[in-house]
Amino acid sequence: MSFRYAWRKFVNVVMLSLTGVCALSAVFVLIFILGNLVYYGGSNLNWAFLTRLPRPVGETGGGMGNAIVGSAKLLFLAAITGVPVGLIGGVYLAEYGGKTFSFLVRYTADLLNGVPSVVMGIFIYTVVVIPMKKFSALAGGLALGVMLMPIVLRSTEQFLRAVPGSLREGAMALGARKWRTVLTVVIPAAYKGIATGVLLSLARVAGETAPLIFTSFGNPFWSHGWNDPTDTLPVVIWRYALSPYDDWHRQAWAAGFILLGLVLLVNISAKLILSRGMSSGRA
Amino acid sequence: MSSIANHTAMVKPSMENKTTEPSPKAPALAAQKIAVSNLNFFYGARQSLFDISLKMGEKKVTALIGPSGCGKSTFLRTLNRMYEMIRNTRAEGDLQLDGQNILEMDVAKLRRRVGMVFQKSNPFPKSIFENVAYGLRVNGWKGKLPELVEASLKRAAIWDEVKDRLHKSALGLSGGQQQRLCIARALAVEPEVLLLDEPCSALDPIATAKIEELLFVLKDSCTIVIVTHNMQQAARVADDTGFFLMGKLIEFNDTAVIFKNPARKETEDYITGRFG
Repeated sequence: MSFRYAWRKFVNVVMLSLTGVCALSAVFVLIFILGNLVYYGGSNLNWAFLTRLPRPVGETGGGMGNAIVGSAKLLFLAAITGVPVGLIGGVYLAEYGGKTFSFLVRYTADLLNGVPSVVMGIFIYTVVVIPMKKFSALAGGLALGVMLMPIVLRSTEQFLRAVPGSLREGAMALGARKWRTVLTVVIPAAYKGIATGVLLSLARVAGETAPLIFTSFGNPFWSHGWNDPTDTLPVVIWRYALSPYDDWHRQAWAAGFILLGLVLLVNISAKLILSRGMSSGRA
Repeated sequence: MSSIANHTAMVKPSMENKTTEPSPKAPALAAQKIAVSNLNFFYGARQSLFDISLKMGEKKVTALIGPSGCGKSTFLRTLNRMYEMIRNTRAEGDLQLDGQNILEMDVAKLRRRVGMVFQKSNPFPKSIFENVAYGLRVNGWKGKLPELVEASLKRAAIWDEVKDRLHKSALGLSGGQQQRLCIARALAVEPEVLLLDEPCSALDPIATAKIEELLFVLKDSCTIVIVTHNMQQAARVADDTGFFLMGKLIEFNDTAVIFKNPARKETEDYITGRFG
């Protein structure tokens, strides 16, 4: 075995290991984060933590029930404001839009998607919070909805575009009008992808903190209705992590664990829906 | 139906007497279903059909042959105006279905009367039943769906293969079955004309034979126009055959005449495989 051959083998082993380690490190980061969250916050995870209100500093116990409910309320608001606009706009872009207009909308949506979330917060602060003279769940939900809209728009458009043109032809050759073709053939053929896009967009905005600081603000009590400041998991994590109290730090870790767990759950179920969606046709 | 067939047989000799006329010529027909005259078709600024004129008889099978890109599929798509799905397309000329102007008809009504089966089978990702019922639902059919679905599947000679799995996905069928399902789907709305755009090009010989058998039966109830690359197929199934070349209808005549005694040299060259 010549020296050159041995050298090549050596280089191969080194490079192969390097690529493997780099690939693994991405996985490792997630495992590390999860491990940390459990290690520091695990002792706080119990039923009371999920359901009770926070206690004043110095008292042990208490929970984040209000923040969990608050996050759910905001996501609901975000969904009912952002998802319909994104869905219908996506249908327009994929099925009807002319060249120039579609290009403009698509480009703008991508830019909107790239707007830093803190800027989105300030925007909603200016157009909703200041006129209403109040931080509110409504403002927070709107901020998340505006963030979610371009994501849903683009993913809906892409999944609709992936539906083969031959299906549209098949329906229209039977005398179906365009709207009917879109509604009864194209959208049903893409709905699993569309649903996945919606779920992923919700998971994406569920962890947003910056736009909520100026909009839903925070509230250590139950927030009734839509018109009051509301705690949410990311904002509580942010507030507690900055505090000087060890107990609050532990609670922040626990809340982080819950938030990440929920986001992972949504992500994984979205991927499952999609992978089934692609094969379920052949039942 | 037999009266029309007899009548056709009676007028055929007279047509042969007229073979001295310049091509393209229309065979004498018992009853015209589709009459096209001076059809020009444009994709944007590019013209792809030139001055096409032909007449298709009721309850006859007309085959359109010619090399790829010669315009035969484009022509087929003018008959139910499917070309309108592509932007910047334009058809000019006189196209008539039972004497009504195709270009001015309500397009949904036109397509209900002129059904189409595509080159690649395109069943919807729905159940077999829903595939066949789709056209009926779209056209506001108020009667009982199951009977009509069953009848359509029987007409397309696929009922026995699918009767136990009507509510399973159509995508689980084989390629040949999918194509026959697409034929059943088109037949469900009882079209007067059925356009087939190379329906067998993706199928094996057995599946192809089944579809050809089907065409012989369907001929009794509708007018059929089939685009095909397979000349044996055209010779087997068609009453009349049209040969397209570079956007022009070179020759249109009785199938036997086209294959045995073509009037134009281009037709003969194509049929004998000298080009194309």
